[in-house]
Amino acid sequence: MFLELKQVGKSYEDQQGRFEVFSDIDLSIEENQFVSILGPSGCGKSTLLSMIAGLEKITDGTILLEGEEISKPGSDRGMVFQEPSLFPWLNVKNNVLYPIKKQLPKNEAEDRVKHFLKMVHLSKFTDHYTYELSGGMQQRVAIARALSMDPKVLLMDEPFGALDEQTRDLMQDELTKIWQETNKTILFVTHSIHEAIKLSDRVIVMGIRPGRIIADINVDLPRPRKRNNPDVVELETQVMDLLKVEIDKVLKEEIDYEASN
Amino acid sequence: MKLAIKRTLFLVVVVGIWQLVVSMNIFPEVVLPGPVKVMQALFDGFASGSLLVALGASFKHLLIGLSLALLFGTILGVILGKSRQADETAGMYLIALQSIPSIVWVPLSLMLFGFTEFAVIFVVVLGGTFVMALNVRSAIQNVPPQLVKAARTMGTSGAELFYRVEIPASIPYYMTGVRLAWAFSWRALMAGELLSNGPGLGYSLQFASDFARMDQVIGIIIIIGTIGAVVDQLVFSKLEKNVLKRWGLLKS
Repeated sequence: MFLELKQVGKSYEDQQGRFEVFSDIDLSIEENQFVSILGPSGCGKSTLLSMIAGLEKITDGTILLEGEEISKPGSDRGMVFQEPSLFPWLNVKNNVLYPIKKQLPKNEAEDRVKHFLKMVHLSKFTDHYTYELSGGMQQRVAIARALSMDPKVLLMDEPFGALDEQTRDLMQDELTKIWQETNKTILFVTHSIHEAIKLSDRVIVMGIRPGRIIADINVDLPRPRKRNNPDVVELETQVMDLLKVEIDKVLKEEIDYEASN
Repeated sequence: MKLAIKRTLFLVVVVGIWQLVVSMNIFPEVVLPGPVKVMQALFDGFASGSLLVALGASFKHLLIGLSLALLFGTILGVILGKSRQADETAGMYLIALQSIPSIVWVPLSLMLFGFTEFAVIFVVVLGGTFVMALNVRSAIQNVPPQLVKAARTMGTSGAELFYRVEIPASIPYYMTGVRLAWAFSWRALMAGELLSNGPGLGYSLQFASDFARMDQVIGIIIIIGTIGAVVDQLVFSKLEKNVLKRWGLLKS
């Protein structure tokens, strides 16, 4: 199996004791798949992604990428964050060049930068700095930067969460094209049901308290998936019902807590 | 252009009021000379070369003192910014040291080094070092964690993380530190020179005061203020603004 999570758990220790985010997550992801992790705020989906990236400590279980255990960040996993996280002191070209500057000969590295900037339609902006770019453009640079190091898997943590609706829609189409072109394995975290269904081959739905996987849905619909496609709408409703149970549970807990005090 | 006109007009009004007060003869002319007399004193000072010598000496003290202050401040700041242990132990004392007005160091400096140029430079170094160190500390501590995270996912770590990400990311605060260190050093320089044996602008000021040459005193005060404003506006503020803009921290 390409990416494998075995009995993965995450908990924090603080003065009030142990707090468990989630436990016993088992998940196998095939190569070249587009997989979304969907769930309400607080279910630990971003934490899980950070653990795969190697940024967060894995408190229980193991994560294997092509059979190798993950313990720290590495260039075999590219990550795109909700905030673009570009380096403001570098121009667009040098931002994309950053991860491969020391790894590749100059010519080869620059060719690769050109290739990926073209893919995200930013060839005209190579000399621009971050402050001169819109949010959507910055996020495209961040995607090009992550792709430039040719990672085995691309991890995306609500990458379009901070964008306006129209830009978001365009970016989703762009990402679909990039995915089809590069054949990368993509793991995409979102809390938007529509986004998950529109983009993915497979949607992993997470529940909350405790954090766990409550559904694993294969989306076998032809792309592009239009918003008003009845199959898409049906699937969305189905997932919405699943999540409603989870969100109601949290709400009820909060209300009960207020009532008991 | 409009800005320049506004500022010139304002200056004209101030000088006018000054002349008016002088003409009313409230103070004897020895105590409060008029603008013309002050300009004359400035002209004489530059023509005889004495003010130029003083200016040259002051800039020499400042250049050496500020360079050392930037160097020491950077080293101190990096240590405090990188090591939590060091910051918890010594950080508070740095704030205490920074709050001491430079002139307070002058007697100590004179006792340690006598009436030498080095005594003046010592005061300048103390004046700039602590404010620089505080800003460098903030610079290191305020590197956006998001950028560090992103760099780590691209395989950057250790020393490479420090010079490829943390140093460039901290440049905006660093520039603020440099501008403030200049401002504090400039004040410290005047305090140090006032009690020194010269040459230097501060010394010239004291000298003129001892001989009751208020035209020269006011003239030198004007020079000190002008240099302060010009260097800040033309060099440091501009530099800082450019950096802030590039780093996307300036709201335009």
